[in-house]
Amino acid sequence: MSTTDHPAAHDVQDVYAGTSETGEGRVFTVTGQDWDSIAAGLDHEMDDRVVVNMGPQHPSTHGVLRLILELEGETVTEARCGIGYLHTGIEKNMEFRTWTQGVTFCTRMDYLSPFFNETTYVLGVERLLGIEDDVPEKAQTMRVLLMELNRISSHLVAIATGGMEIGALTVMTIGFRERELVLDLFELITGLRMNHAFVRPGGVAQDLPPGAIDEIRGFVALMRERLPEYAALCNANPIFKGRLEGVGHLDLEGCLALGLTGPVLRSTGYPWDLRKTQPYCGYETYDFDVQTWDTCDSYGRFRVRLAEMWESLRIVEQATDRLARMEGDPVMVADRKIAWPSQLAIGSDGMGNSLDHIRHIMGESMEALIHHFKLVTEGFRVPAGQAYVPVESPRGELGAHVVSDGGTKPYRVHFRDPSFTNLQATSVMSEGGMVADVIVAIASIDPVMGGVDR
Amino acid sequence: MSGETSPGGQAGEAGQVPSGTLPAQPGEQRVVAERHGLFGARGTGDTSGFGGLVTTVALPRPSARPYGGWFDEVADVLERRTGEQGLEHAVLGVVVDRGEITFHVRREDLVAVLRLLRDDPALRFELSSGVSAVHLPGDAGRELHAVYHLLSMTHNRRIRVETTAPDADPHVPSTVSVYPTHDWHEREAYDMFGLVFDGHPALTRILMPDDWPGHPQRKDYPLGGIPVEYKGGTVPPPDQRRSYS
Amino acid sequence: MGLEEKLPSGVLLTTVEGLAGYMRKASFWPATFGLACCAIEMMTTGGPKYDLARFGMEVFRASPRQADLMIVAGRVSQKMAPVLRQIYDQMADPKWVLAMGVCASSGGMFNNYAIVQGVDHVVPVDMYLPGCPPRPEMLIDAILKLHDQVQHTKLGAHRRAEIVAEETAALNALPTSEMKGLLR
Repeated sequence: MSTTDHPAAHDVQDVYAGTSETGEGRVFTVTGQDWDSIAAGLDHEMDDRVVVNMGPQHPSTHGVLRLILELEGETVTEARCGIGYLHTGIEKNMEFRTWTQGVTFCTRMDYLSPFFNETTYVLGVERLLGIEDDVPEKAQTMRVLLMELNRISSHLVAIATGGMEIGALTVMTIGFRERELVLDLFELITGLRMNHAFVRPGGVAQDLPPGAIDEIRGFVALMRERLPEYAALCNANPIFKGRLEGVGHLDLEGCLALGLTGPVLRSTGYPWDLRKTQPYCGYETYDFDVQTWDTCDSYGRFRVRLAEMWESLRIVEQATDRLARMEGDPVMVADRKIAWPSQLAIGSDGMGNSLDHIRHIMGESMEALIHHFKLVTEGFRVPAGQAYVPVESPRGELGAHVVSDGGTKPYRVHFRDPSFTNLQATSVMSEGGMVADVIVAIASIDPVMGGVDR
Repeated sequence: MSGETSPGGQAGEAGQVPSGTLPAQPGEQRVVAERHGLFGARGTGDTSGFGGLVTTVALPRPSARPYGGWFDEVADVLERRTGEQGLEHAVLGVVVDRGEITFHVRREDLVAVLRLLRDDPALRFELSSGVSAVHLPGDAGRELHAVYHLLSMTHNRRIRVETTAPDADPHVPSTVSVYPTHDWHEREAYDMFGLVFDGHPALTRILMPDDWPGHPQRKDYPLGGIPVEYKGGTVPPPDQRRSYS
Repeated sequence: MGLEEKLPSGVLLTTVEGLAGYMRKASFWPATFGLACCAIEMMTTGGPKYDLARFGMEVFRASPRQADLMIVAGRVSQKMAPVLRQIYDQMADPKWVLAMGVCASSGGMFNNYAIVQGVDHVVPVDMYLPGCPPRPEMLIDAILKLHDQVQHTKLGAHRRAEIVAEETAALNALPTSEMKGLLR
């Protein structure tokens, strides 16, 4: 914007606001002052561009996402994303840790779906090791169980935060209420509410604790009562539908060109779900349906998520029945060169190494001690090569490109995160719409910034 | 992996080291690094008695026909169609390893090959899962690898396309025109590895701040940690500790 | 023995400091500074099960100008640090900072090029909360401890003397690497 003198420029107190001369004319940076006093000096130039910066710290941008919106009145003419505000260097950090320790890092990427991060990485490592068929069935079943529980909790947060961002605060509170139930199960099974690092190359870290089967069955029964509440509250709610219907439109062609997968793709009516089309962890043996919707909009994505939670409950039920029959089966590959000797137990100060195991390595067998030491400090070697085994995360295709140089540490791990890819659709979905619809469109993509920036 | 050690033997028998040429012949293997000693500890002495041990690191060698399953089908169609377009030498080698097929493509022909892969009815790789980059400082003449994972939903197939660029000339043609999803992925690869994607609409940093020096995920870029002080001691950052490889 | 005896019943006496501290601690308005995993736990803390409203803190303010507590929930990247400082500057005094989780407190496991090794490099921190991520109960505990700290904050000349004393103590403190004894 170029103009002559303007009164507010002298009154500006904020050190971050002010006026600067650029190649395109004078630019006013406004951070919360009185708009009238600024606009007073620019009357003849008022039809110029208004660029609004939203974020990276904004309550409606789904995390530390920065949006740069060019507005014409209330209409968005151009929308761009600024990302990287949560870049953590996880991929680089993994290169300095052993293959097993890598799980600890990647679980913290997309923090709403930790089990999917872990599983895609571990499946890649297992393919490199050539032990894909040796992983015990119980470990695979537990992975499926945890992933489907995780899908429920992730979709609940997607619906909850999406609701909060459009002002439906009750949707948020009930979403977090149900999520707590899933987190209680996670805590029972893995010991942690989030960031579990539970899936390991070769299996999972621990067997199911006693009582877990009953707890999961109780949870499924409770969820079957609670999930209809969401449908009753939202599905036909005129305000909810008014905000979501027709907003964030993206058809199949757009999805494929921009690489979008997950609920966004399925809301176009295309039943692409890696669990069905390229099964892993034994998904082909479970009975479930791929949920689709045909409106290509935010409302469709909400309905797909809601329906997917029902399907996840079906899978959880089947997995629980199988696990009930597999009591005492191993959850780690038999190869002791890969399986971490990590029998854990609940001690007086929380979870720690099992005393029996410590007695064995410290008091009974020198070889066991050497083996334990070698495996834990040095780690196992993974033959050189590369692998890419994607999984269907709650947000779409999540894959880890795992490269090994034959060493004890990953040479390079790159995660193809669905949040990162799907977020590219922001501009296509929101340009030409209203400012308020940008929020709805982004919430319907459900990006998790930890996964976007890694 | 440079200067580290002991892969347990599976990488040995590398034959002669090809000098900066690109692999085309099946069975020919490129050594990308060497390991010294038994455990690969760096910075401190090797007391194992195997300090003089040198083993080579090599990536899986190019495969010979038949590749098996639908791999041959895809390779046949690709060979025929590239031949028709005068791109006979576009595919430098095919690696079939662990049930995955990788086409090594000459970087000049990358865009044409990807367009073929996307558009040909018998190939139809409609969806790209993005760009990953790998930095192999020991792979002389082709240090930077750009890896594309393509998915054909029509045929339910997944392939990998790989192209390389030397460190001295880190340029790869941009494929945004074929797969618009590569927009951010190429920016990320540029940000992290310094790979310049020629023809990209706006190749700027995406994850790191705009004024950041260097490309953090290259192997010659340090992890950048700081020593951590505990009561009575200091622990160096993970990349400076004694470790094995 | 003095004024107290002459007062009618139902009147309590306290210091100005005590009263100001009581008012300040009982009306904390946190700014939503959610960054990563901890932000989800922070939202959970405000949710139905843990219910931060019990402590008068359910009003998470979206604008830093209306908030007096910044809960830095998650890892702070080099790119985010200037933004964080700007938001801190925009908050009105008196203000407090709670570093939630190990990443915000010290960088934690992400000791690398991308993460600021502790948010105290950027803003002064009043309370450090360990955990990855800390449980909602731990966050509530940290907030209550901060309440306690705020309650006992001095005013005026006493506050200035307190700042000088804290500064002297910090300058004379032994570096962690030179401390002796067990790692605890």
